[in-house]
Amino acid sequence: MDYFVIALGAILVSNIVFAQFLGICPYMGVSSKLSTAIGMAGAVMFVLTLATIVTFLIYTLVLVPFEVTFLQTIVYILVISTLVQMVEIILKKVSPGLFQALGIFLPLITTNCVILGVAILAVQNEFSLLQSVVFAVSHGLGFALAISIFASIREHLDLMDVPKSMRGAPIALIVAGILAMAFMGFAGLV
Amino acid sequence: MNQLQNFTKGLIKENPVYILLLGLCPALGVTTSAINGLGMGLATTFVLLGSNIVVSLIKDLIPAKVRIPSFIVIIASFVTIVQLTMEAYMPDLFAALGLFIPLIVVNCLVLGRAEAFASKNTTLSSIVDALGMGLGFALALVLLGGLREILGSYSLFGHKFIPGDGMLVFVLAPGAFIGMAYLIVLFNFLKKKTS
Repeated sequence: MDYFVIALGAILVSNIVFAQFLGICPYMGVSSKLSTAIGMAGAVMFVLTLATIVTFLIYTLVLVPFEVTFLQTIVYILVISTLVQMVEIILKKVSPGLFQALGIFLPLITTNCVILGVAILAVQNEFSLLQSVVFAVSHGLGFALAISIFASIREHLDLMDVPKSMRGAPIALIVAGILAMAFMGFAGLV
Repeated sequence: MNQLQNFTKGLIKENPVYILLLGLCPALGVTTSAINGLGMGLATTFVLLGSNIVVSLIKDLIPAKVRIPSFIVIIASFVTIVQLTMEAYMPDLFAALGLFIPLIVVNCLVLGRAEAFASKNTTLSSIVDALGMGLGFALALVLLGGLREILGSYSLFGHKFIPGDGMLVFVLAPGAFIGMAYLIVLFNFLKKKTS
């Protein structure tokens, strides 16, 4: 499959938040300010790419040869949580600046369904290693796009006169619904 | 707190989806119809029940430092049981729920109950808590799935009651977000009424 098609499909057509409903927790939780939203998106992109590469290698080199693919869920979640811990420790030593920027978001990422979801999807779609990397990076970009649009809208929403019962989560979900409607316009692009 | 209160708190007052805003991904992702919502709700209830029982039984054996990884392995084992059983006996439902079955592992509701409740309480209370929270989650998914099915295809649990196609937007992604927004408003109202 063409790399460009994979990338465009993952960023716009089947956007991870608006079309596949993955990563809603961080999407709702850390989107009240644009700067934190971008920090979260950066951390997700970084871990997502790394986790997809590692889980892909484990799947093809360990799970398939030993015929234990039914252990996929258990192995993947263990690998991802260990990986997040490792990234945290390495970043702290190697690049304190980046650790400062991403630090608080890293522990949250273990239970982010984007990471596990994309790792499983890459195997389901029978991608090669390079295709999986493109797939992961573009899903990360799609998440970054979704959360930064949403955060910018929410910053404005704080100043609006929203009916009392709709304040907080309900109005945020309505905004997300309208954004999802906009993203439906990309359907059929690839 | 007696066991009855422990059981009913998950239904409205601490409804996992509409009040605590936990497990939003599956709640939005699988609720294209009431039956899918019910299937996902019951699958999650089973995992929650299993993990709560095991965690409450071995809570004194797990060192505090490695408790989260241990909880995750316990949860992942039960998810694998659900995944394989469903694939064998309910292939249609399994295909409809798709990716969201393995993703029960990262449902914050399950890990949250293990950490906040089962690791501190007796096995009996943990069972009651798991059933209450699990049924509250199932109720939430059936409500959203039912709402989307009624508006989106004029049917409920597959029974059509008005001829015609319905409002397609409610079956598609935007309908999930908008439907959930109004159900949150409804549950906040109910919570205020009952307390």
